[in-house]
Amino acid sequence: MIKTLFSRVRQYKKYAIITPISMIGEVAMEVLIPTLMALIIDKGVANGDMAYIWKMSLYLVGAAFMALTFGVLSARMGATASAGFATNLRHDIYEKVMDFSFKDIDRFSVSSLITRMTTDVQNVQNSFQMAIRMAFRSPVMLIFAIIMVIRNGSELAAVFAIAIPVIICGIILTFSLTKKYFERAFKGFDKFNRVVQENLNGIRTVKAYVREEVEEDKFRESAENIKYNFSKGQKIMAATHPVIMLISYTCMIAISYLGAKIINVGNMETGELMSIYTYTGQILSSLIMTGMIIIMFSISWPSMKRIAEVLESEISMDLNEDGIKSVPDGSVSFKNVDFAYKEGKNVLKNINLDIKSGETVGILGTTGSGKTTLISLIARLYDVTSGSLCVGGIDVKDYNVHALRDAVSVVLQKNTLFSGTIAENLRWGDMNGSLEKMEEVAKHASAFGFISEKENGFDSRVEQGGSNFSGGQKQRLTIARALMKEPKILILDDSTSAVDTATDRSIREALNKSVKGMTKIIISQRISSIEDADKIVIMNKGEIEAVGTHDELIKTNEAYRDLYETQTRGANG
Amino acid sequence: MAKMKMGPKAKNPVKTLKRVLKDVFKGRMIIIAFILLSIIVTSLTTVYASNFIGKFIDSFVEPMVGVINPDWSGAIDALVKYGVVVGISVIFSYLQAYIMVGVSQGSIFKIRNRMFKHLEKLPLSYFDQNAHGSLMSRFSNDTDTLNQLISNGLIHLIQALLTIIVVFLALIRNSWQLTLVVFAFIGITLFSTGTVAKKSSKYFINQQRSLGDVNGFIEEMINGQRVVKVFNYEEKSKKDFDVLNEKLRVAMTQANSWAGSMGPISNNIGNLQYVVLVLVGASLAVGSSGAYTIGALAAFLQLSKSFSNNIGQIANQMNSLLVALAGAERIYELEDVEVEENNGTVTLVNLDKDGNECSEKTGSWGWKITRDIVLNDAFSVKRDIDPELFSEPESVDESEWKVDENGKEYRYVPLKGEVIMKDVDFGYVPDKTVLHDISLYATPGQKIAFVGSTGAGKTTITNLLNRFYNIKDGAITFDGVNIKDIKLEDLRHSLGMILQETNLFTGTIKDNIKYGKLDATDEEVERAAKLANAHDFIMMMPDGYDTLIENNGEGLSQGQRQLLSIARAAIADPPVLVMDEATSSIDTHTEALVQSGMDKLMEGRTVFVIAHRLSTVRNSDAIMVLEKGRIIERGTHDSLIEDEGVYYNLYTGAFELS
Repeated sequence: MIKTLFSRVRQYKKYAIITPISMIGEVAMEVLIPTLMALIIDKGVANGDMAYIWKMSLYLVGAAFMALTFGVLSARMGATASAGFATNLRHDIYEKVMDFSFKDIDRFSVSSLITRMTTDVQNVQNSFQMAIRMAFRSPVMLIFAIIMVIRNGSELAAVFAIAIPVIICGIILTFSLTKKYFERAFKGFDKFNRVVQENLNGIRTVKAYVREEVEEDKFRESAENIKYNFSKGQKIMAATHPVIMLISYTCMIAISYLGAKIINVGNMETGELMSIYTYTGQILSSLIMTGMIIIMFSISWPSMKRIAEVLESEISMDLNEDGIKSVPDGSVSFKNVDFAYKEGKNVLKNINLDIKSGETVGILGTTGSGKTTLISLIARLYDVTSGSLCVGGIDVKDYNVHALRDAVSVVLQKNTLFSGTIAENLRWGDMNGSLEKMEEVAKHASAFGFISEKENGFDSRVEQGGSNFSGGQKQRLTIARALMKEPKILILDDSTSAVDTATDRSIREALNKSVKGMTKIIISQRISSIEDADKIVIMNKGEIEAVGTHDELIKTNEAYRDLYETQTRGANG
Repeated sequence: MAKMKMGPKAKNPVKTLKRVLKDVFKGRMIIIAFILLSIIVTSLTTVYASNFIGKFIDSFVEPMVGVINPDWSGAIDALVKYGVVVGISVIFSYLQAYIMVGVSQGSIFKIRNRMFKHLEKLPLSYFDQNAHGSLMSRFSNDTDTLNQLISNGLIHLIQALLTIIVVFLALIRNSWQLTLVVFAFIGITLFSTGTVAKKSSKYFINQQRSLGDVNGFIEEMINGQRVVKVFNYEEKSKKDFDVLNEKLRVAMTQANSWAGSMGPISNNIGNLQYVVLVLVGASLAVGSSGAYTIGALAAFLQLSKSFSNNIGQIANQMNSLLVALAGAERIYELEDVEVEENNGTVTLVNLDKDGNECSEKTGSWGWKITRDIVLNDAFSVKRDIDPELFSEPESVDESEWKVDENGKEYRYVPLKGEVIMKDVDFGYVPDKTVLHDISLYATPGQKIAFVGSTGAGKTTITNLLNRFYNIKDGAITFDGVNIKDIKLEDLRHSLGMILQETNLFTGTIKDNIKYGKLDATDEEVERAAKLANAHDFIMMMPDGYDTLIENNGEGLSQGQRQLLSIARAAIADPPVLVMDEATSSIDTHTEALVQSGMDKLMEGRTVFVIAHRLSTVRNSDAIMVLEKGRIIERGTHDSLIEDEGVYYNLYTGAFELS
């Protein structure tokens, strides 16, 4: 997992290496400068030796300049490395997720993918930045200081032999006591974010029912939960600093007392005792720093795990990049196709269906009868579980997936427009589409009217999710977008449900007239939308119940006849 | 790409900081006092502790060297005293940290709640115009960084400031000439760190903005990922993402580089200062022939080091301070957006049998109106549209006016559900009118249908009734009261809305139905569900009414969601109902259920319906045909058919199709 993540440092590796090195340079200067200062006082000023003072001052200026250089360098390199690392991580996750198949998307939830790419990456970035700047510094200082203590007064090292384990135990104890609170708090954030998100999306409902206060209560509850757990955890953490101070003061007292005795017998010089005080400070502070780094890491550990999970996941569909690049015609043929989202639970059973190129096919059926699943297979959004599916006479698996999806244009039921302009949205179907082409497809989709009424026409703004368009307008824009691809097969999954019947009809007429030779597969609840199709497929519980023309089905299929009657009754009286 | 609204360009960290301080410490004088005391104690202890070592060595170690049978009691006394002092300091330091956890978590909790509360009151246009991702990040990212500031940054800043003041006094006492040198260096430090800080804060704002852009883009694309796949848009979307991602990288690198440079810069200016002080001080000592001693210079140097260390500490903290303030600014920016206009004074009250206000629910409602409210403003609409229906508004009997304890005169007008729109103009943006001269009336219990092509303005009209948006010109009245004069909450309580898209909230099915009436009993929930024809499918769910709904009703069909939406409106039982029919995307069986549910719900209420079904339209008392934001035809089904106008064409067109 660590490797999965840190291999993403890539081109920023040199920065990640230079950072701790220049940090060590800075540390060296930090040690050197006080020594120089002490020398100036003890030898120069005390003796009134101006020449010595000038000499040392020059050294000091030099050292300060070096320290500045190293300091700025390590800051810049550290920032470059960690920002670069985070950028690479985000890039890689994004690429990976974009390559996810529908099945993979189903597996990870949308909100969790978003958290992984945002909050989690930021957590990892923070600990990375700290790691390359601090993780080297503290241990190096720790080891250095311990060695110095042992060299100067090995008897006093006994004090540290007690203090160090105490501190380590303290860190472990703190960590294990606080762990559950922090975990709960982070989990609490999921709920917290959900409440905010639901409110942003459902604000109309909230306002229409005047439920602001209810929502505020929900929000307060989730914020309270975060507050409670963070407070609990942090209050335990609050003891760490004072306890460490206590330990260090105790060490000081012990060292003073023991040191005085040792010096008394003549086994140590006063100067050595003085330096041991300094090292004591260094040992304790670097120990604490190391502990902090470990805690920081353990906090970002779940984030690291979640990111690695995405990066390491296998794409469940082979895109067959080397597959056939062109689809000969718009015929579709299902042979004994079964399909299951979850193993053992078939939602499509033994589907056999032949659609000739250029035909118009209507699909009808109740909710859950498998209509959407059926059409999803044609563009290979999912792979069939068993049986075979051919488009243009060739098995869909033999195509390059992108080529197949260019030829098979699906207008999904749950469709989305993206923020940008209308033109930008339409160009999803054809990146270099001309204005003329956009006008033409917009006309076919009965969208040209409202687009041209807009002040900026095709350059009018589309807000996120197309929220500034009505449901029907959105649907017509998504149809236009699908037509931009000039597909061999157009699949409309209940794509005109929000447009009125007249517009619905004019769209179908335009499609029949202007886009000849395109196979059209239309899922609809309105018989009127599919009545004149060459073939109507009636789905029931994952199986094809009947296939026929309108006239045939009226005669042979009772359900169809009933449906037809219910739908026309309103008009007849 | 997600559009982001940034506040005014002139960012004002000082003002923001003041606001943060007020938010955190207002009304917490005792805590402030304690924290300050604690900072003083711990700072003084640090000074005491660092001096102690020298004294201990001078008094107890040096004299004892080589002494046989030394007397350690003096040393032990000193150490015990030392132990007591640092012990007290440790206790203070613990209490301070403990209290600050409460303060910071409490403040963040308060700010989050306040921000959310404000968010809930913002007008819909704000939600239309702002990317949700960017709004979300104010609740998470921005409050997090603010939390850091409160829990750590502030204390460190205060500590450093305090030390600076103490040390400064000592410096002046020692030598004013050298203090001048120190001052000169403070100038240099402030200037250079100020320059860096300015750059850094600019980049931090850039970083936050880029982060918002990236997060907004991620949110949008991941949500629409299925569409991305269908359009083979992966590569393009990756490229678009890389552009934003790279922008973020540059901004982050710059921001952190400058921020990280601040420490080294100020530290080393401190080192230079040391050199200059030594040189000046030494010449002083040499030249003044004994007035200024070497010892004094040594002490001054020691002090000045602590002085510049603390200035450096402040410079370091400035970094996180700036990040936090950038976040705080975004929070306050949201809180400064004006809330929905809600100046109405007319309230909705329960009336008892005698027409008096009472607290229990009677099922009979009235508007409580004060003398200054002008009624019947739009009454003439009726006369203009249908002279026969028009009757002069009844004059109010003087005895109906009552006086409340504040001396205000008021009376009750029974809620009937009469709605009038007069010459209404409306535009989502100020200079673009999408509805023109809309005039219409609905008498209590009437059903008004809006028909017209998509985009003609049907949904827009219904959004004006409950003041989702405010009209530009004209008037809308409810039982004669201008809706602007009605308290917003009460107006919305009196109107039921069934939106085209059903929003469900995480919780049980029961919770979602009860959204319409919070104190509803289980029987009421069931009755509403039965009326909406939702009962049967609910009973088929694994836990019936207690089945958990997640992710906006994932797993429920469109039709089932609509049934729940109807049940929700049914339980609210509003006198006026606004419905945006969206029934065509469900299967026929469910559609029949929805239709009969809606019909039952409409009974006895004033209903505005955006109609897609012929049966709904035909059964309406009045049909408004809309085109391009204007009412072009109005009448009953029969009269409109007779006129052979647009409606006739629509209807016959639809007829052919059905």
